[in-house]
Amino acid sequence: MSEHPLLDQQFPEWVQADARPGYGGWLVQAAHLNDVARWLRDQAGYDYLSSVTAVDYFPEDRMEVVYHLYRSTGGSALVLKVVTGREQAQVPSLTPLYPGAEFQEREVWDLLGVRFVGHPDLRRILLWEGFAGHPLRKDWREPFFEEEVKPFKSRWPEGHVRRAEDGNPYGDNLQYPPDFDPDSWQPQGEDALYAKFQRRADEGIHTDTMIVNLGPQHPSTHGVFRMVVQLEGETIVDLKPVMGYLHRNHEKIGERNTFLQNMPFTDRLDYTTSMANNFGYALAVEKLMGIQPPERAEYLRVMMAELTRIMTHLFSIGFLLNDLGAFFTPSLYAIQERELILDIFEAVSGSRMMCNYFRFGGVVRDLPEGVLEKVKELVLERLPRKIDEMDAYLTKNEIVRGRCEGVGVLTDAQAIALSASGPVLRASGVPYDVRRADPYSIYERFDFDVAVRYHGDIYDRYLLRLDEARQSLRILQQVLRDLPEGPVMNGKPQHLVRVPAGEAYGRVESPKGELGFYVVSNGKPNPLRYHVRAPSFINLTSLATMARGEKIADVVAVLGSIDIVLGEVDR
Amino acid sequence: MNDSADALNTPRYDIPPELQQQVHLTTLERIYNWSRANSTWPMMFGLACCAIEMIATAAGRYDFSRFGMEVMRASPRQSDVMIVSGTVTKKMVPQIVRLYNQMSEPKYVIAMGACASGGGPFKEGYSVVAGVDKFLPVDVYIPGCPPTPQALLHGLMTLQRKISQEKLGEMRWYAKQPSEPIPVPLLGPDLIDPRKLPLIRKQAAHTGAEEEADE
Repeated sequence: MSEHPLLDQQFPEWVQADARPGYGGWLVQAAHLNDVARWLRDQAGYDYLSSVTAVDYFPEDRMEVVYHLYRSTGGSALVLKVVTGREQAQVPSLTPLYPGAEFQEREVWDLLGVRFVGHPDLRRILLWEGFAGHPLRKDWREPFFEEEVKPFKSRWPEGHVRRAEDGNPYGDNLQYPPDFDPDSWQPQGEDALYAKFQRRADEGIHTDTMIVNLGPQHPSTHGVFRMVVQLEGETIVDLKPVMGYLHRNHEKIGERNTFLQNMPFTDRLDYTTSMANNFGYALAVEKLMGIQPPERAEYLRVMMAELTRIMTHLFSIGFLLNDLGAFFTPSLYAIQERELILDIFEAVSGSRMMCNYFRFGGVVRDLPEGVLEKVKELVLERLPRKIDEMDAYLTKNEIVRGRCEGVGVLTDAQAIALSASGPVLRASGVPYDVRRADPYSIYERFDFDVAVRYHGDIYDRYLLRLDEARQSLRILQQVLRDLPEGPVMNGKPQHLVRVPAGEAYGRVESPKGELGFYVVSNGKPNPLRYHVRAPSFINLTSLATMARGEKIADVVAVLGSIDIVLGEVDR
Repeated sequence: MNDSADALNTPRYDIPPELQQQVHLTTLERIYNWSRANSTWPMMFGLACCAIEMIATAAGRYDFSRFGMEVMRASPRQSDVMIVSGTVTKKMVPQIVRLYNQMSEPKYVIAMGACASGGGPFKEGYSVVAGVDKFLPVDVYIPGCPPTPQALLHGLMTLQRKISQEKLGEMRWYAKQPSEPIPVPLLGPDLIDPRKLPLIRKQAAHTGAEEEADE
């Protein structure tokens, strides 16, 4: 018997199994989505809505909104799908049941034009109000459109130089709707954003709140992120994140790329954890292809993923201290260790940051000579010492404790409801780690603990990252002990892989949280849909909850403790 | 590089040997450029992946404070060079242009990496500006995705070389007329560059006429 409830027996009128070859999950009637979801959440334990996305099946008049639900106690995904037409695409919003769907539903509306009925604040999220069209629809073409799929003939095999600008009437990456008249056009501006801030009802003395914008160019926002905060004095009444300033169209480009061409693009999602991103995408496509990497490759993958985790956690601790006002000196400690790990990445992959190291069915090359010794030296000697050093310098520091303890609290129930993942979820007392909850690769073989802390404040998120770095060292020690000899790739390297039709969701525990890749193939060399469930993006859903009631100076530290990377937030 | 101490101290005048340790002769242009080139303060402004390499360049191992550049200012008013470190998107470019306009002269722009130079791997994307030079005058382009810290250092040193060759008479901040700010683009159905408005109007009339002909 399946571990999941049989929804078609529970709700025979409303739910059907998705019987297309290569597909799974349940097709739910739009009108009854809320009833089914409520039953799943309250009766069957599916309290964690991980991913919301949609697929456009143009030229068919069919769009599917796809939901991945989990139990916060572990297990695999239960997939719900709701079918809607393309013209009047709309489905009921799940935000009232799962508040974590808020930003994801806004993203689906923004990029695919599916309206979510009952959503409290359905505005564009990655693009701006007034943008023409919904770009992830299959019939929407960008100004630099060349051909439906890659490789483009102009580049290969014929190969000639042509500037994309030359084919565009504006000589630039621009296009306007045919009825666009620049003289009568009125900018929409950001009225819709500011209208969402509630004015306080008068209570005797008339006071007003103040709106302050932090970002997109602000040293505290870790890139081009913007927070609009409503202040009463110095206390935060409400907060709205504004993102999309680094929206680089990963998904649209990804649907034109061949499967393998997407691998280097995953590097540029969360550009501090490229190895972990490679891992997630490789898992998703390998699931579709039904292949397994050889043993040595599995160990190398785990080695790289765990080195990435240590590197990123140290980096984020360093920058949390930046946000607390200890400008750059603590970061210098972290960056020193990071450079040593980057040396290893550069040796194995040829690049410090954009590693592009994983392939479907293995990794691209074996360790060069001398690298294993370097890893051993780091893992067994240097890094344990350095993590202890960080611990000794910071953990009992009075200022760190004063600024971090009890600030930015997220309770366990809130964290689950808001679909938080990774360190944010685990610091709130939910021991949920994809490596244990839904094991992938060879993590089942290793002896390690899921780090968990219970206060859900900034301080616990900091401590949890130290704990996790130590657990990663434990895993690495076992990897170094057991690393087998053998090939690192099954078969010959191929640049065009054959991927059977179907859907797959590959997820890994990236240092930021649950990183998922939802890939749909129709048997062609390019994916029909390539969606990234980005942990940094979805963790931001809980930012407002953490920040309300805190002082404005603390919101900087709260954001630092979530540890976002804008490449992944905006994709 | 001609801004080294040796170059500064080799004027075309004969200084008596006993005075050579006390007296230094140079030109105003040289000393002016020499001091500017060695205190270019970058703006603390990161866009994407390249910003991480910029941070690495600022950190201990590569350390661009050796070149007088360690003072990263978060305010555009206080900075001399804008390192455009990452992909410029349509949503962000109004802010970037505004920041550039707010910088006080003399000011320089470095396009760091493939995206800032020409759109890079994301050029075909619908919301990406194919290179910051569509809006700002770029002084140095640094190739790479992302450029290594060594490449960034080389780019910064190239900028120093450029600064040290500037002529006092040609500097735009000493011109009689103040330089005009760059018009800030607007976010409409797509990005609207005010400088392209005549072209947009012409195109709109053109497509309108085509539609009428179709009918």
